[in-house]
Amino acid sequence: MIANQLPVLLIVLPLIAAPLCVLLGSRRMAYPLALIVSWCTFAISIALIARVMQTGPIHYDLGNWEPPYGIEYVVDYLSGFVMLFVAGIGAVVLAYAPRSVAAEIAPGKQTMFYASYLLCLAGLLGMCVTGDLFNVFVFLEISSLSSYALISLGSTRRAPLAALKYLILGTVGATFFLIGVGLVYQMTGTLNMEDIAARLPTVGGPRTVLVAFAFMTIGLCIKMAVFPVHTWLPNAYTYAPSVVTAFIAATATKVSVYAFVRLVYSIFTPQFAFGLLPLDTALSGLALVGIFAASAAAIYQENVKRLLAYSSIAQIGYMLLGISMANQDGVTAGVVHMFNHAIIKGGLFMVVGCFALRLGSVQMEDWRGAGKTMPWTAFAWALGGLALIGVPLTVGFVSKWLLLTSALESGRWGVAILMLCSSLLAIVYVWRVIETLYFAEPSEKAKQATEAPLSMLIPTYAMIGCTLLFGVWTTYSAGLAGRAAASLLGGAP
Amino acid sequence: MISPEQMIGVSIGLPLLALALIFLFGKHPNVREACTLIVSTLLFAVVCGLAGHVFAGERPEWRIGEMIPGFELGFRVEPLGMLFALVASGLWILTTVYAVGYMRGHHEQHQTRFFGCFALAIFAALSAAFSANLFTLFVAYEVMTISTYPLVTHHGDQAARNGGRVYLGILLSTSIAFFMLAIAWTWFLAGTLDFKQGGILADAYAEGRISHTQLGVLLGLFAFGIGKAALMPFHRWLPAAMVAPTPVSALLHAVAVVKVGVFSVLKVAVFVFGIDLLHTTGVSVWLAYVAGVTILLASLIAMTKDNLKARLAYSTVSQLAYITLGAALATPESVIGGGMHIAMHAVGKITLFFCAGAIYVATHKKNVSELRGLGRAMPFTFAAFFIASVSIIGLPPGGGSWSKWLLAVGTAENHLYWLTAALMISSLLNIAYLIPIPVRAFMVVPQAGTVGTESEPAPEVPRQWNIQEAPGMCVVPLCVTAVLSVLLFFAAESIYEVLLPITTEG
Repeated sequence: MIANQLPVLLIVLPLIAAPLCVLLGSRRMAYPLALIVSWCTFAISIALIARVMQTGPIHYDLGNWEPPYGIEYVVDYLSGFVMLFVAGIGAVVLAYAPRSVAAEIAPGKQTMFYASYLLCLAGLLGMCVTGDLFNVFVFLEISSLSSYALISLGSTRRAPLAALKYLILGTVGATFFLIGVGLVYQMTGTLNMEDIAARLPTVGGPRTVLVAFAFMTIGLCIKMAVFPVHTWLPNAYTYAPSVVTAFIAATATKVSVYAFVRLVYSIFTPQFAFGLLPLDTALSGLALVGIFAASAAAIYQENVKRLLAYSSIAQIGYMLLGISMANQDGVTAGVVHMFNHAIIKGGLFMVVGCFALRLGSVQMEDWRGAGKTMPWTAFAWALGGLALIGVPLTVGFVSKWLLLTSALESGRWGVAILMLCSSLLAIVYVWRVIETLYFAEPSEKAKQATEAPLSMLIPTYAMIGCTLLFGVWTTYSAGLAGRAAASLLGGAP
Repeated sequence: MISPEQMIGVSIGLPLLALALIFLFGKHPNVREACTLIVSTLLFAVVCGLAGHVFAGERPEWRIGEMIPGFELGFRVEPLGMLFALVASGLWILTTVYAVGYMRGHHEQHQTRFFGCFALAIFAALSAAFSANLFTLFVAYEVMTISTYPLVTHHGDQAARNGGRVYLGILLSTSIAFFMLAIAWTWFLAGTLDFKQGGILADAYAEGRISHTQLGVLLGLFAFGIGKAALMPFHRWLPAAMVAPTPVSALLHAVAVVKVGVFSVLKVAVFVFGIDLLHTTGVSVWLAYVAGVTILLASLIAMTKDNLKARLAYSTVSQLAYITLGAALATPESVIGGGMHIAMHAVGKITLFFCAGAIYVATHKKNVSELRGLGRAMPFTFAAFFIASVSIIGLPPGGGSWSKWLLAVGTAENHLYWLTAALMISSLLNIAYLIPIPVRAFMVVPQAGTVGTESEPAPEVPRQWNIQEAPGMCVVPLCVTAVLSVLLFFAAESIYEVLLPITTEG
């Protein structure tokens, strides 16, 4: 039955379609293929999550090799949730892509673009569903290598340099992760996550466990762009083509956060990470410093993409805050913020893409007064910005509220107060752009601009609409995240 | 007949319907305004119907469902909220009529956006009025802040941008930094956010989970977090918001926005803390003094303002502090006085703003010093101004006299005689900054040349009763509200009886 093969189809489909794009050779053929495949993966992920909700986690043995000999794919609440929104955003962004790609990427490179995009999607989805630690590394590399390629397609000459910087740091991160995997394999003789969790002597074990954990944590922190090791992110987001930024900003760092959650909660156990090691204090400290530093940096940016990039670093801090609390509400907040931030940032970068197409620039001075000539695009920015600030009825509020209540519940008053104060910084950087759009004298470019094409506006509004929809209807966002948190923390899902 | 539960849904849904219709008929101003008028009249009818049930003792509820797991959006109507809803929806009709006259008389741009945001703000006001728990109230509060920002910055120029910055900056930051924290803290202490007769914090205090000082801090977080109550030092947004077109100042900054603020303060005092808890612990005494200081200082600042709208704005800051004072005194009389003052001040202040707008439409004058002798040209406007001033000051037969009386009784009951004195002095100050305006307009005959500036030469001095009023759509509403402010004087007893259950029921 094909229904039983869905977990592997989710990965195989984009993985095969990517070289097919190149083989077809023409961009007229490549785009429809990529679009169909991405929507198919979205449909598959919906079917998978529906099954998970009915019958519980799905285990799929690749090639019918039983674990721990073969690779196992696991779709449970957490992986299913992350997989769902990664596939969804991948599909929506691709629907939005053609006009922006045509404007920003040379015609000869467009087939390569779609191929890399699909590879990146396959890599990210693979990281979600695999239940094998080494396989996580493989998919991490697939997604990273393809994203280096995607970033270097940017139209300025700085794009390849930004990609190189990301390549170096990203490779360091991935290598660290691999060293950790190697050490764990040496200790336990298995690569299957459940198996490792059962065999790893976390309490009172040898120092190797500690070293392995340290390598993997730091490796993933680089990929997540946690504050002191975030330096690859601003340039990569700024110089990548708009579509790439929208896709990567919404998904790549979140999947790394997912891998980190898996590592801490499913493999090494929170008792080890937060009980024996002071990782929670360290993480929440780094997160808070990161939130303030990155938000403050965002305020002073003149380039809107860079502004959003710094804001992303800050938002990663909120996810880490939630995850480091190690209680039901905190983990729920962290996990749901992965989703919430993904759609907010995805939507905002799509808005940036619309402006970039019509104004030819992402500098704030060129955006002056564009609210008059591009009212719909500007309004989308306003809505997305409100969600980023965390105003009620938007998704940003849902995560902020959950984070606040869980911080109070666990007695972290300082965290609660600092977190609220930090969101005031978000008001400043969002409102700088809004005032530029609506109140400034129009720039030359803005005067001549026309509204963005519908082929881009409709997906943008679909994404921005989601930030409002899931701001009031949280059954499948916070609800699912809550179940994921419960199963991670060992309670009944 | 629809049930009271359905009426809640209908009355919250109607402003949204108006919003949809406004954008649907954006290209046809007449249809658009007709829709707004019809919907607002319908809304008032429904709210009146609901009021019949609520004042008879029913407490209809409508729970929408959980927005975030554990946190529910829900509505439950009690008399205080009902009174606020009546005021807001009733004055929406008059303001719509007035706004049509003003906006057209002024050839303002973006009228569709204007009326749309207006409807959204009314939606937020009604949601806040009917809210069943702090969570719903907070959501409505924030919706109100965001939906009024485009109204404040309507003109889209430099001044509007700066005013909007202060407006949004203060309201959003206080609500996020203080109000939200206070709500989460309350939830942590009480395990619920539902408004309950007698409050929800008494148990936590009795069990020692919150100390006396912490209770005071929590009250402070609420009082300053609800920035819309304009308690000093977080009052700057209110004068800043005066860059908005006058109908906005009238409805929003005399009725909807500011009253959502003080309404929330009252709600928190009565249904979260409970007046018994406040009274026995005395944690709210400091708040009473802060309110007293705000009353006096704002009145003094108002005297120095020559710009009419700025003067009215500071007068509003001062009058809002009366209501906060009512909440802080925490006696049944003072709370009812505060609740009553919501209605009395709303009707009086909206009249004053209407007058300011009418004067501006007719003569393009903004400053108090330029109004001499204008009474002969605009007798209705200035007569209404006079009547409303009497009500704001608190002299019979203005409605304001009753609420101020109850508040003064409250201060005396608490033996806070300094505050009694503050109330008296403030009333004198009110006389000093309000009454000269209509008196000079009627009595003084300006000499040619004294009024005008070089850029704007003095108009011809009307020697006779040469009536040049603003358009009828501006003047009629302000006469209606002026009459209302007198009628309320006679209705005070029924308002008192209606509000009595919120302090005694339990």
